[in-house]
Amino acid sequence: MATAYSKEVMKRFKKPKFAREMKDADAFGEVGNPTCGDVMKIFLKISKNKKGDEFIKDISFQTFGCVAAISASDALCELAKGKTIQEALKITRDDIIKLLKGLPSIKFHCSVLGEEALQKAIEDYKKKKK
Amino acid sequence: MKAYLDNGATTQVAKEVIKTMQKVMTNHFGNPSSLHTFGEEAKQELEKAREIIAKKLNADPSEIIFTSGGTESDNIAIRGTAYKNKDKGNHIITTSIEHPAVLRTCEALEKEGFKITYLKVDKDGLIRLKELEDTITQQTILVTIIHGNNEIGTIQDIESIGKVCKSKNVLFHTDAVQSFTKVPIDVKKINIDLMSISAHKIHGPKGVGALFIKKGTRLRQIITGGEQENKNRPGTENTPGAAGFAKAVELCKEQGIEDMIRLRDMLIDGIEKNIPDVILNGSREKRLPNNVNIAFRYIEGESLLYQLDSKGIAVSTGSACSSQSLSPSYVLLAIGLKPEVAHGSIRFTLSRYTTKEEIEYTIKNVKEVVENLRKISPLAKRRD
Repeated sequence: MATAYSKEVMKRFKKPKFAREMKDADAFGEVGNPTCGDVMKIFLKISKNKKGDEFIKDISFQTFGCVAAISASDALCELAKGKTIQEALKITRDDIIKLLKGLPSIKFHCSVLGEEALQKAIEDYKKKKK
Repeated sequence: MKAYLDNGATTQVAKEVIKTMQKVMTNHFGNPSSLHTFGEEAKQELEKAREIIAKKLNADPSEIIFTSGGTESDNIAIRGTAYKNKDKGNHIITTSIEHPAVLRTCEALEKEGFKITYLKVDKDGLIRLKELEDTITQQTILVTIIHGNNEIGTIQDIESIGKVCKSKNVLFHTDAVQSFTKVPIDVKKINIDLMSISAHKIHGPKGVGALFIKKGTRLRQIITGGEQENKNRPGTENTPGAAGFAKAVELCKEQGIEDMIRLRDMLIDGIEKNIPDVILNGSREKRLPNNVNIAFRYIEGESLLYQLDSKGIAVSTGSACSSQSLSPSYVLLAIGLKPEVAHGSIRFTLSRYTTKEEIEYTIKNVKEVVENLRKISPLAKRRD
């Protein structure tokens, strides 16, 4: 079909691996605005590894948005899963775009949403821990 | 299974049309302006096509000029009228839900010093006649209002609009690209001065349209060149295109329209009964026979479109995410939809080739896909 999306984007959009609500999440972060057509919500489950560092044991998303928004959410989850919080905070929009094998430039903001949603979820976790 | 439900974008070319065009292209390739027999034969084909199209509108063949399509027809009509009448006045009235061919043309004229009024529409997409009447001034030279809206399918009461224009002595143009052959128009009964129509929306070829110009209506020439089409559209005529257009018109029968209406209503009912939180956009009654436009709340249209595409179902969306501008359809916003609802709107447009099986298949798959997308939407839970 006539699409500007990469195969990777379409693959993730049709079969996202991380699209589900997490009822027992330790934290979540939501960004975007329905008026603009994108809302992304990231759920986190945090655990400690052998070294005692906190890491993302499980991650999932719920997204209202276009093909790019859904596949960027899925890519973000894949990038973050298993990473320590310190490592996860370093994930950028460029990492998401790279994993998706590119996004049309008009859709770059979807990758920004992914980066922001994860940061917000981690902030939420830190707040709850206190 | 496949279901092509984007006939508002374009239609499949009828095989009878292809046959006619092939015959004309092969046997009557002459230039209709040439004096020899080759030219004469092509001229005959062209004039035969003109008669068929004129007859469909109850117009005189001399009132029809061929163009390259709806956009060109709109340009010739609107610019041609504006420039011709600029000594009489500089005011043009249109609506906020016109096709871009009209909107962008009006905006361009605005930059040239014309004053444009964009009439608002109600929640069904209908203009208010009283407002039109009150907006016409001594300076008004043209009213241009779309007949059947391309997005939401709303059909304006052009008979009453025509009466208002006549009583105020103002020219009336309508873009009837979507409604032509689907909603009967008799130019002897309805006061219309100019009307744009197109071939590829009715199973004819792309690149051909026509403009009805009522006898006595004068236009400034927009395209300069030869004397073809009463000088209103210079350039060697597209004879095979015109013949194909006429063939497509001949193939449009009343039965086909009734069948389309039945399937359209079946699709609307099927979606409304099987899927919660949906909104039919546009007027339920005053609606094009082939248009269904529905907002599916809590999900986004582009995602829905691509999911349906993977099932072989072709539709279009008013979502921002499908456009370069990132703002949702101006037509959906004009009828009062909130942006988040407009984002989830899908247009299904049928043709006379659409089958009951395709509609059943579509209802089943739309239900499934909407449920899946709602499952992963953070908005769906908040509806209470």
